[in-house]
Amino acid sequence: MTMQSVGRPTTPNAVSSRPETLTGARGLLQDEPLIFELGGWDKTGVDLPEPELDALDLTGLLREEPINLPGLSEPEAMRHYVRLSQKNHAIDLAIYPLGSCTMKHNPRLNEKMARLPGFSDIHPLQPQSTVKGAIALMDQLAHWLKTLTGMPAVALTPKAGAHGELCGLLAIRAAHEARGDARKKVLAPKSAHGTNPATAAFVGYEVEEIDQTADGRVDLADLARKLGPDVAAIMVTNPNTCGLFERDIVEIARLTHEAGAYFYCDGANFNAIVGRVRPADLGVDAMHINLHKTFSTPHGGGGPGAGPVVFSEALAPHAPGPWIVQTPDGPRLDEDPVGDVGRMSAFHGQMGMYVRALSYMLSHGADGLRQVAEDAVLNANYIKARLGDLMTPAFEGPCMHEALFDDRWLAGTGITTLDFAKAMIDEGFHPMTMYFPLVVHGAMLIEPTETESRAELDRFIEALRLLAQAARAGDAERFQGAPFHAPLRRLDETLAARKPRLKWSPLNGDEAKKTLAAE
Amino acid sequence: MRYLPLTPDDRRDMLGVIGVKSVDELFIDVPVSARRAGLVDLPLHAGELEVERELGALAAQNRAAGQGPFFCGAGAYRHHVPASVDHIIQRSEFLTSYTPYQPEIAQGTLQYLFEFQTQVAALTGMEVANASMYDGSTGMTEAVMMAARITRRKKAIVSGGVHPHYTATLKTSAHVAGIAVADQPANLDAEEAVIQSIDPDTACVVVQTPNVFGTATDVSKIAEAAQAAGALLIVVVTETVSLGLLKSPGAMGADIVVCEGQSIGNGLNFGGPYVGLFATREKYMRQMPGRLCGETVDAEGRRGFVLTLSTREQHIRRDKATSNICTNSGLCALAFTIHMSLLGETGLRKLAQINHAKARQLAAVLSKVPGVEVLTKRYFNEFAVRLPAPAAAIVETLTGRGVIAGVPFSRLAPKAGMDDILLVAATETVTTADIEAFATALNGVLA
Repeated sequence: MTMQSVGRPTTPNAVSSRPETLTGARGLLQDEPLIFELGGWDKTGVDLPEPELDALDLTGLLREEPINLPGLSEPEAMRHYVRLSQKNHAIDLAIYPLGSCTMKHNPRLNEKMARLPGFSDIHPLQPQSTVKGAIALMDQLAHWLKTLTGMPAVALTPKAGAHGELCGLLAIRAAHEARGDARKKVLAPKSAHGTNPATAAFVGYEVEEIDQTADGRVDLADLARKLGPDVAAIMVTNPNTCGLFERDIVEIARLTHEAGAYFYCDGANFNAIVGRVRPADLGVDAMHINLHKTFSTPHGGGGPGAGPVVFSEALAPHAPGPWIVQTPDGPRLDEDPVGDVGRMSAFHGQMGMYVRALSYMLSHGADGLRQVAEDAVLNANYIKARLGDLMTPAFEGPCMHEALFDDRWLAGTGITTLDFAKAMIDEGFHPMTMYFPLVVHGAMLIEPTETESRAELDRFIEALRLLAQAARAGDAERFQGAPFHAPLRRLDETLAARKPRLKWSPLNGDEAKKTLAAE
Repeated sequence: MRYLPLTPDDRRDMLGVIGVKSVDELFIDVPVSARRAGLVDLPLHAGELEVERELGALAAQNRAAGQGPFFCGAGAYRHHVPASVDHIIQRSEFLTSYTPYQPEIAQGTLQYLFEFQTQVAALTGMEVANASMYDGSTGMTEAVMMAARITRRKKAIVSGGVHPHYTATLKTSAHVAGIAVADQPANLDAEEAVIQSIDPDTACVVVQTPNVFGTATDVSKIAEAAQAAGALLIVVVTETVSLGLLKSPGAMGADIVVCEGQSIGNGLNFGGPYVGLFATREKYMRQMPGRLCGETVDAEGRRGFVLTLSTREQHIRRDKATSNICTNSGLCALAFTIHMSLLGETGLRKLAQINHAKARQLAAVLSKVPGVEVLTKRYFNEFAVRLPAPAAAIVETLTGRGVIAGVPFSRLAPKAGMDDILLVAATETVTTADIEAFATALNGVLA
């Protein structure tokens, strides 16, 4: 062993065993309690002046019972939440290949722009004369969305993709009702996102499934059979959830319109075609655009999102407000428009997301956005090509922005799609979307997006190849118990659902752990 | 293009691996009629500097609330948010992560959601809370749908004190869900009036406190009346800071509580993104919409958290789901949780008292302005005043004099016939100088 003059070793000892730590921590990874186990009941991390204690006017309305909220000083709060953050995977750490979710890089310029006080510190109801720039930004975003889709109208306010679906179907229902044509059904393929049938049911429609062809697309003959005077709309995702472009999309739209129904397109996968294909040219009547997917507003651990909806000429009169109207003084917001759908939410939608999305659009431009679609599709096909010999692609031919595999190649190994996904965690990767779409057994849906470099794609592919070879070689243990190296091992979801504990109580912590373990 | 890592060489090589000559071959399934050869008619890409210049110019056309005296509320409130909150939510691991579907590598998100749920339950005085909704207005709609599921009744009585945007949002969905909305006329003290309207068809009664005119009400009697008729009481709170001073809805008998949580941790952002808080009684847990985070153990018996009871949700139940909601408002919920953890009970109570004192100070000063009448009797940090002329015009004139005076009620409800009503709010961010500037300007306008 080499030593410095003061005796400090400068090369590692040759010790090979790895004892468990005495505290349970693993290197930098701390076991972090809940704030309720950390904080002081009398502590606060915010310095406020002493208030005047005069609330006589509120006698009888004052809170008498304790709230039971612990407080932390700022250094404690920083440490607590930074430690928690270290237990999360993130797109800034590695590829996040969740199919259908479009986890792409989130440019920090967009964060900076959204935080300009002129956007972040303005009130939705301050006089419109003092927010002309904000309204102009909404107008500009609307222009980009309409131009990219070729659609004449857009409702900006929906707060997420599912909220956009609701907005689109409400407009469709309003359009039918305006003609006195009450229709009962919405058709959607079995491969649809769960939100499609959930939204249709919410709007009062019966949902009927459309069959799928052997090559993963809408079965035209089945669609034609099911279309009729009672069908209000079809909901089709394009590119679809198998990562395939619906080849017959124009015919699908034609048949739908012929039956007096509208074509709602789930735009979750717009990223694959942005700048290359305009939904208007496919015959779409309404489509939501997830700004948090195609236009890269951050997913933030599950929101906030934004789901503006573009509309065709036929549905435009039914788009919910607030509307942007052009006046000689520039664009204004009509906050109380006479429409038959009504308001989707209070105020004017997700302004913070609008700023980020427009910042993303201006950065990419018409040329960059087209390149986005091309690189997203190229990356997915590259993965499909390089894994196709070991794993089984669900469908032949080129895919769009995501590559779908099934679990045929795992047959006989005793390893499930879930096991394979959990083993990916040990290798440092977030798993792909699993068991969706429902039309493919043991589905593994990989969406790399355009913001992965060739090197990161190769690193990911190499890891998956090694895992696939291990699986085929019968190394089942590596998979069935995985993950072994994550902050936690597999969690007991059945237990969580059987006896739900949705908040901390003094009984949680160690005692609860014992009771839970005993069950 | 700075966000696209592939080089022309990469692209060429990768096309070779795939076995196609050009990227166009990958788009072969697109119908010929829909293939666009050229670029769409929009500007070309731009550098950071250019984008900053363009968006900076738009931002500069807006008058930020912090630029001068500012008194708007009506469902969105300007509070001071500690600097550490925004710093933490911008950590890559929070900002750029997805919904925690793989709990082994998402404990950071899951644990803060569990903390969030616990804080929301404590604050509202309820037994369980979910992992957040889009905002307060959509949360109220979901609460009414939930009450209809539980009671199997189809009528909602909405007090005239509920924020008109919230009621309008509810009507949008209620119409298609076959739920009748009996909304009562706008009124400063509208709450008690709902009691007479409760009938055996009533699924729920919706009241807001403090209401849109700022009136704080003890809703215990309404809870009793509603529950006696087999209906649920939904309490809406649009200013969550008020819960640091006022009785919790749970203590007053609420069955479902919906709050706009923007006040804690989140900026004004011109109306969004915000964060809806949603809490209820344990017996209704399985009828709740949205995501729920629950405690469990891992394979080695260590405590951990997972999304749970997902059999209520759209990705499992599809057309039978309790709601079509797929996202929550994760990052805004994180901001809420951090700010609340910093405040603690001590800080929240103090913050609420300061807000109340500021509003009292403002009311005292405004009531001395000739022609101005403070209407709201018992308020938290916001109240209604009657002006001798239409409020919208006066607000516009005051804006020209540097004071953003509040929200004319006519802006929320143009047809209510209450054009002379102005809603004014004062939070801890308002200074004595701001209040004096307001009074001076108003004196000048009304003189």
